[in-house]
Amino acid sequence: MKYVDEYRDGKMAKQIAENICQAVDADKVYHFMEFCGGHTHAIFRYGIPDLLPENIKMIHGPGCPVCILPIARIDSAIELAVEHGVILCSYGDMMRVPGSRRRSLLKAKAEGADIRMVYSCSDALTIAKDNPDKQVVFFAIGFETTTPPTALIIQLAEKQQVKNFSVFCNHVLTPSAISTILESPEVRDMGLVPLDGFIGPAHVSTIIGSQPYEYFSQEYQKPVVIAGFEPLDVLQAILMLVQQVNNGTATVENEFTRAVTPNGNEKAKSLVADIFEMRREFEWRGLGLVPYSGLRIKAKYAEFDAEKRFTLTPSKGKDNKACECPKILRGVKTPKDCKLFGTKCTPENPVGSCMVSSEGACAAYYSYGRYQLK
Amino acid sequence: MKKNPYSQALDLKNGRVEMIHGAGGKAMSQLIEQLFVSRFDNPILNEQNDQASLEIPASKIVMATDSHVITPIFFPGGDIGSLSVHGTVNDVVMSGAKALYLSCGFILEEGYPLCDLVKIIDSMAKSAQEAGVKIVTGDTKVVEKGKGDGVFINTTGIGVLTDGVERGANKIKPSDKIIVSGTLGDHGVAIMSLRENLTFETTIESDSQSLHDLVKIMTEHTPEICCMRDPTRGGLAATLNEIALQADVGIQLYEDDIPIKQQVKSACEFLGLDPLYVANEGKLIAFCPADKADELLATMQSHPQGKDAAIVGEVFMDDNNFVQLKTSFGGMRMVDWINGEQLPRIC
Repeated sequence: MKYVDEYRDGKMAKQIAENICQAVDADKVYHFMEFCGGHTHAIFRYGIPDLLPENIKMIHGPGCPVCILPIARIDSAIELAVEHGVILCSYGDMMRVPGSRRRSLLKAKAEGADIRMVYSCSDALTIAKDNPDKQVVFFAIGFETTTPPTALIIQLAEKQQVKNFSVFCNHVLTPSAISTILESPEVRDMGLVPLDGFIGPAHVSTIIGSQPYEYFSQEYQKPVVIAGFEPLDVLQAILMLVQQVNNGTATVENEFTRAVTPNGNEKAKSLVADIFEMRREFEWRGLGLVPYSGLRIKAKYAEFDAEKRFTLTPSKGKDNKACECPKILRGVKTPKDCKLFGTKCTPENPVGSCMVSSEGACAAYYSYGRYQLK
Repeated sequence: MKKNPYSQALDLKNGRVEMIHGAGGKAMSQLIEQLFVSRFDNPILNEQNDQASLEIPASKIVMATDSHVITPIFFPGGDIGSLSVHGTVNDVVMSGAKALYLSCGFILEEGYPLCDLVKIIDSMAKSAQEAGVKIVTGDTKVVEKGKGDGVFINTTGIGVLTDGVERGANKIKPSDKIIVSGTLGDHGVAIMSLRENLTFETTIESDSQSLHDLVKIMTEHTPEICCMRDPTRGGLAATLNEIALQADVGIQLYEDDIPIKQQVKSACEFLGLDPLYVANEGKLIAFCPADKADELLATMQSHPQGKDAAIVGEVFMDDNNFVQLKTSFGGMRMVDWINGEQLPRIC
């Protein structure tokens, strides 16, 4: 497959892996966090840990929009479908995420709610046009990458006067989450989570550019290498981070030059700015309330805001106390440190959010990482 | 000349399935006779008793059943009719048996166009003939509109094991080699390309086919084959996990050796799917002793249905019964049980 196989080449992987082995200082342990679930998935799917020296430790960050969505928001989505009788359109990987009492969209669908899996938010708008007598809500989730399409669809809905369409907005922002991790006492004061550098987001950075990460490298003295989601991208980024640590530098480097520019996609950014504004705070599973980390629909598009159109009951949904997802998402623990991992919590029956999406750290460990070397 | 007891001919061009077609009266009898019996035509069925009486050679009998609820009903490379024959014939022949007879149970939704039903039945009749099986007994029920999805078909197949070799997961041993008969994921991708809201263009056709002939030459040349399965729902990954558990072994796959068409890879790439989990309807996986693997591979490759066959892995001892993959990239990973469905109702 052109433009894909080039970035999955085994021979090249071996070469970069050798370069990494030669570059690492044997007396040092390197701790790098890949922020994005897409990177976590690539690391496990292609077996990257087998190619790395033992003194490189990867910490799997909170960059999976499915994993970080709090129970209360899932409860609200279910409420929209069940109590308000809307046609709820959702991306596939949201369908199995458990809300309160382990209820999920999939279970609500089985009970008779009209919940439809869509591949694109434009499908949701089409469904709205095809069902003019029903309210249709798009369950919008995701980081900066999925926000522009949602913005575009709201613009279209207004232009085409699709009155029965609205968006339940759960879009979140990457830089504020990275700040929260770096500001957390475990990282800043207690040193429980040694963090020597970040692999910066791939697709998110195509929108926001590499510039927003400059702050982290300067303020917190952490190197950041923005990398694509292909396995060679990840390996190359690790090599670049090792070199920065060895040289004592902390700059933002861009490995993903084929798609990321310093300023990102101006058109997409202005589209997002037209439709959305910051929420004062937004709850993340694992990180709690994070200031200025989520988006809501601006007042001028209020008619397309499901939170304005429908009265939603505030949910008090709480995570299972034994679930270590919050600590795993902050890099304090690994999936194997959780008592529920692989016993009460499996991909078939997930307790915590990190087990739900294939991009979550627990699911990646469970599905790809349990093999025994012969 | 046979008397025609029916006052009106069935309108096979514009007519639709009605509740009366399942009510047990003349209309049902007419539907069965003019639509099913005439097309599945064979002496056993033509007797039209409530049961079929079968001549079966004195040997071990093999039986399998499968229900087919596919959406869409017609797809590139087949339809629910051909699939309902291929699916069950393949289940029977995976034991090494020769498939002889099929039963068929239809659940029809009120309002379904008779002209489409004719196409399905013609396709079943043709597939049965090609596979050398007779459809000898059947049943038809009609459900109210909205309570079905056009047509559901259950088929049950009976075959006989003629070479006396018993095969199954319990015969698999560490060091056995694993061979697949051809490219994986074709059926699933062909179906997905037709799903509403998943519009993409592909020339990929379903691989739906009866594997009776391929199995025949395989078992004749290499009777030592210990187990065969057709990797349908959940693809290669689901079938191998099932087998690893049943045989209490581990399985090691080599990603570089697994045959997957470029188009299937591309479709899976942009849909975010893993082709190892995508359904097949005309492929098989065979386990055989390592010293017979090359010979079996050559036999398979000499047959049109096995021209892309490849040795993709081997069996080893593992109490965890893990299926693992050496990636083309150079690392290792698990190929775990499928978690839920990648997409609803592929077969």
